Amino acid sequence: MMLRYALTRFVSLFLSLAVASVVIFLCIEIVPGDPASAMLGINASPETLAALRAELGLDQPKLLRYFDWVTGMLRGDLGISYTYRAPVAEIVADRIWVSFPLAVFALILSTAIAFPAGIWAARRRGSFGDTALMGLTQLGVAIPNFWFAVILVLIFAINLRWFSAGGFVGWDAGVFAALKSLTLPAIALALPQAAILTRVMRSSVIETLDADFMRTARAKGLSAAQAVRRHALRNALIPVLTIIGLQFSFLLAGGIIIENVFFLPGLGRLIFQAIAQRDLIVVESVVMLLVFAVIVVTFLVDLAYAWVDPRLRQRS
Amino acid sequence: MMRMVLGGGIALIFALAAVLSFFWTPFDVTVFDIANKIKTPTGLHPFGTDHFGRDILSMIMVGARISLAVALVAVGIGMGLGVPLGLWAAARRGGWVDELVMRFNDLVFAFPSLLIAVMITAIFGASAFNAILAIGIFNIPVFARLSRGAALSLWSREFILSARVAGKSSARISFEHILPNIANLLIVQGTIQFSLGILAEAGLSYIGLGVQPPTPSWGRMLADSQTLAALAPHLVLFPGFAIILTVLGLNLMGDGLRDMLDPRLKGIRS
Repeated sequence: MMLRYALTRFVSLFLSLAVASVVIFLCIEIVPGDPASAMLGINASPETLAALRAELGLDQPKLLRYFDWVTGMLRGDLGISYTYRAPVAEIVADRIWVSFPLAVFALILSTAIAFPAGIWAARRRGSFGDTALMGLTQLGVAIPNFWFAVILVLIFAINLRWFSAGGFVGWDAGVFAALKSLTLPAIALALPQAAILTRVMRSSVIETLDADFMRTARAKGLSAAQAVRRHALRNALIPVLTIIGLQFSFLLAGGIIIENVFFLPGLGRLIFQAIAQRDLIVVESVVMLLVFAVIVVTFLVDLAYAWVDPRLRQRS
Repeated sequence: MMRMVLGGGIALIFALAAVLSFFWTPFDVTVFDIANKIKTPTGLHPFGTDHFGRDILSMIMVGARISLAVALVAVGIGMGLGVPLGLWAAARRGGWVDELVMRFNDLVFAFPSLLIAVMITAIFGASAFNAILAIGIFNIPVFARLSRGAALSLWSREFILSARVAGKSSARISFEHILPNIANLLIVQGTIQFSLGILAEAGLSYIGLGVQPPTPSWGRMLADSQTLAALAPHLVLFPGFAIILTVLGLNLMGDGLRDMLDPRLKGIRS
């Protein structure tokens, strides 16, 4: 049953990726003029334009170019960046080691805050502590993460000098030093996500606390804490998982802004610079890569769902 | 109720400030006054002045226009396209239209709104219009999914059945009977998307993919003053407070509205 469910989900994963790649390809296609003239600007001579077109393969038919792009990506060939004069795959491979750890770091932070906080508030529903915490989460949702980032830099980098205000020391400087330079960005990224997740966790736990099976669990002699641990949490986890899955994509994409605040050499900054320099090959490939990550994470969350909740396996 | 009044009140103040800015601001934001640049808050300039000597309070008032307008139009796009799509899918539940609408939703959800914005600016360049488009596109599946889900549960109710027996077409039923019944939900979601839109616009303008200078916007003000933040924190604080208060106000209003319209959910849902 689980296998069949996984297979149907896999087919839909494949279709989503295929459609997404067509959409991204067509988006870049409808750039006024073509990528070559967009890159070179209006003053380019016809000869340089023709040369760049040939270099980029723009003189080929569209369908062929699409297949070249897709099969290239499958082989790990993302094309050549026009501005960096280097294979996009190499540039991306460097930068992914900033963006990916940053997103994971932020996700761990937000989960580590939200789980205990949400459960704590749910078990004290209506108390002063619950109300105060919910007020805090309202504030957390309303604070723009890039503004929070600037405030963090002001306090912890400029006044207290605990962290550097930006830049990334690289993993060669040691794991601790590298994580240290990712700490402020990760906190800034995690804050709004932690606030949302706390609220979801709280309402989800409250709903399961009211469920009949919880009364049964208490009736058969489990303590309140035992009942929460053994029965409520597993059931409360289902809506929480969706949000975590969604949040990962927000964290990856959110990097576009946060990496710019902290001058981190990640995918977000790469995509931002590529737009400024009209390096459409980089934009096209990095967007596809991020969308790929989002779709795959959604797929994994669906599988995790079925694992947590056997009812979902039967439904398909 | 308290929350709705408080939240609505805060949001209303910013809306009024935006409207007022068309007729009057304490200072003219298009005039540079270099002699008075980066002044800390005083009686004359309650929020201080920026690096061009412009009054921050006036800038925030004018900035409110852009922030609110972009978010409002983006919600309009999301509702205007998303709701009919959702209703159509529900009316043809189980059919290919339904399937197509749902897959379209999934596809758009795979592109985080920021990525849509990045694609659009990469293609057409940065502008307020493109920011609206990016945020609006992301709002479509939100409303489509919500109205489809809510409409589905209504289609099995007796009053809809009697409307069908009376010979009304499914399009007419959708608009005459279903839409009024899901309006509450849509209004609540609308306030939430509105506040998300304000955050998104601020983020886009902050990295230069939204409103272009010299038009003041809250996100741009933050971007312009970031390098000066250590010297003059007020440059960063006040535009930030404007964003936070507006978003907080709208969220409180949305929560309050939901509790009022559906008391069963009080205190349970986040």
